[in-house]
Amino acid sequence: MTTSMTHDTSATRPALHLRDVRKVYRVADADVIALDHAELTVARDEIVALVGPSGSGKTTLCSIAGGILSATEGSILVGDEDITDYGDKQLTTFRQNKVGFVFQSVNLVPFLNARENLLVVDELGRREGRAARERADRLLEELGLTDRAKNLPGQLSGGQKQRVAIGRALMNDPELVLFDEPTSALDTELGQQVMELIRSEMKARGTSAIVVTHDERITDYCDRTVHIVDGVLAA
Amino acid sequence: MRLALRELIRRPGRFVTATVILTLIAILLMFLGGLLDGLTRSATGAVRAQNADALVFSSSSQASFLRSRIEPEVRSTIETDLGVETGGLGVAQLGARVPGNGPRDLANVAVWGYEIAPDGVPEPPPPGEAWADEVLKADGVEVGQELLVGPARTPITVAGFVVDTSFNGQAGLWTDVATWRNVLNTNRPDAALADGVFQALVVRDVDDELDDVPAAIEDAVGDQVIALTVDEAVNEIPGVTEQQGTFNQILGVTVVIALVVIALFFALLTVERTALYGVLKAIGARSRTIFGGLVAQAVAVTLVASVIAGLAVALLDLAIPPGSIPLFISPGRIASSIVLLLFAAILGCAFSLRRVLHIDPASALGSSQ
Repeated sequence: MTTSMTHDTSATRPALHLRDVRKVYRVADADVIALDHAELTVARDEIVALVGPSGSGKTTLCSIAGGILSATEGSILVGDEDITDYGDKQLTTFRQNKVGFVFQSVNLVPFLNARENLLVVDELGRREGRAARERADRLLEELGLTDRAKNLPGQLSGGQKQRVAIGRALMNDPELVLFDEPTSALDTELGQQVMELIRSEMKARGTSAIVVTHDERITDYCDRTVHIVDGVLAA
Repeated sequence: MRLALRELIRRPGRFVTATVILTLIAILLMFLGGLLDGLTRSATGAVRAQNADALVFSSSSQASFLRSRIEPEVRSTIETDLGVETGGLGVAQLGARVPGNGPRDLANVAVWGYEIAPDGVPEPPPPGEAWADEVLKADGVEVGQELLVGPARTPITVAGFVVDTSFNGQAGLWTDVATWRNVLNTNRPDAALADGVFQALVVRDVDDELDDVPAAIEDAVGDQVIALTVDEAVNEIPGVTEQQGTFNQILGVTVVIALVVIALFFALLTVERTALYGVLKAIGARSRTIFGGLVAQAVAVTLVASVIAGLAVALLDLAIPPGSIPLFISPGRIASSIVLLLFAAILGCAFSLRRVLHIDPASALGSSQ
C-alpha cells in the first residue's frame, strides 16, 4: 500500500518546481537582478520552451534548475529533492544523479569516442560499471549511433554530435534535462531533426525538459512556451 | 583519473614537449648525481674501505694524512690502555709512469701502506708489489705490470686489482708498510717517516668492549691525537663536503627547474581546458577528480621521462670507460632522482589547483565557445 501511494505521488509530482526564486548578482556596488520572483512548474513528461532575448535570465534559470547555481531567494524542488539549501558538494552529487545537460556548443570530450562520452557520466558519478555500459549501448542504439560508437567527436557530423550529447544527458536517467540552445549550431533542417529526436526521446522516457532557445520555431516541438524578459517569467 | 590517462594515450602529441624537456632535465639530474657520486667515491674510497672503529691522527694534523704523525709510544698506549687492535696506515700521493702507455704515461696514484686490510683489499702483498685500484685500467695498467712511482721512479709491480679505493681522485696502490715507507721516504723526503711512525692508526675494538671508541682513545692519549669514526674521517677529506654542497645545490636548482617546467606546462594546459573542465563539472565532476587527473598526467609524463633518462644515463655509463671520468651511476641515484622529479611534478601541479577550483560549471551554460 505504501509503495503504491509513493508511486502515485511520484507520478503526479512535478519534475521541477521553482517557487519565488530570485537571483541577485553583486556587480561593483550595485545589485543586478538576473531572476526576479520566478515561479515555474514543469510537469512530468512535459517539454517547456524557455524563450527570451540575450541577457534575459534564461541561462540563470537553467543553472539554478540544474543545480549549477544557488538561488538568492526562493525554493527549488527537482522531483522529490529540495535543493534550495544544498552546498557545492551536494549540488555536484545532485547533478551526477538527477539532471542532464545538453550544451549550446555540444562540448563532447574530444579524445573520447561516442560510447566513452556517454560513459564519462558514470565514471564521474555512480560508477555502475557493466550496467552503465549496457545503458550506453542501448542509448546509442536508440539514437541510431551504434555504428558510430567508436568514432571520436571529430569524426562525427554536427547532428551526430548532438545525438551523442543527448545520449550523455540521458545516461544518468535524469528527472529533468536542460537543453541550452540545442539547435543554434545546426542548419534549419538538422535543427528540426534534432528537435524531433529530443521530443521523441523525452516522451519515450517520460522525462521532462526545458529547452532554452531564441528560435520561436523550436517552440512547436515543445508542450508549452515560457517567455522571460529581464529576469521576469511570463507564461 | 582514467579520463586523464586516456587523454595521455590518445593524444600523446600534446605531452611530447613536456616529456622531452623533462627527459633532458632528468638526464641532467641523474648525470650530475652520478658525477657527484663518482667524485665522492674517487675522493673517499680508500677511507670508506677502512675496516675500523676509529681512525687516529695527530692532533695538529686536522685529519690530514700528510701532516699527521703517530709515534710508536702513542700506539702502544692505545693498545695497552684500551685493549684494542691497531694497524699503521700511511699514504704517499704521487705520479706513476705506466711504461708503454705512450706520451701520456703519467697516472695519479696514492700509494698506501697498511697493516689491517681494508674492506675489499687482500692482506698486504709481498714487498715491491701492490693491489691496484681498477680505475688504473683506464691508463692501460695490467696485472704483472711494473709502475715507476714518483720522481725517484720507484718500481711497484701490480699484483691484482681492487675496487673503489681511490683517494682524492688518485688511484689506490695498496702495499706492505715497508714498500710504502720506501716510496714515501725516497720520493717525498720532506714527509719522510722513521720506522715505526705512521701517518694514522686504524683502531678496531675486536672484543666490542667500548661504547665510543674515538672518545675512549682521546681519553687515553689526551690531546696528542684526534680520533674519528670512518664517516667523520671521510668528511674531513679536503674538498669532500664542499664538493657535495656545491653539487647538491646544482641538483636542487635542477629539481626547481623541473618543478617550474611542470607547473607552467600544466597551468597552460588547465587554461586551455577551462571550457572542457566547466562542462565536466556541470555533469558532475568534482574539482578533486579533475585535479587528480592533472596530477596523474604529470606523474605519468614524469615517469616516462625518468625511465627514458634512466636508460640513457645507464647506457652512457656503460659507454664511458672506467676511470676516464668520475661517473658512478647507481640504482639508488636513479631512484632518488625519480622520487625528486615526482615530488616536483606533484608540487608543480599544485599551482594549477587554485585555477581548477575556480572553474565555474555555470560557464558551460550560455557559452558558444
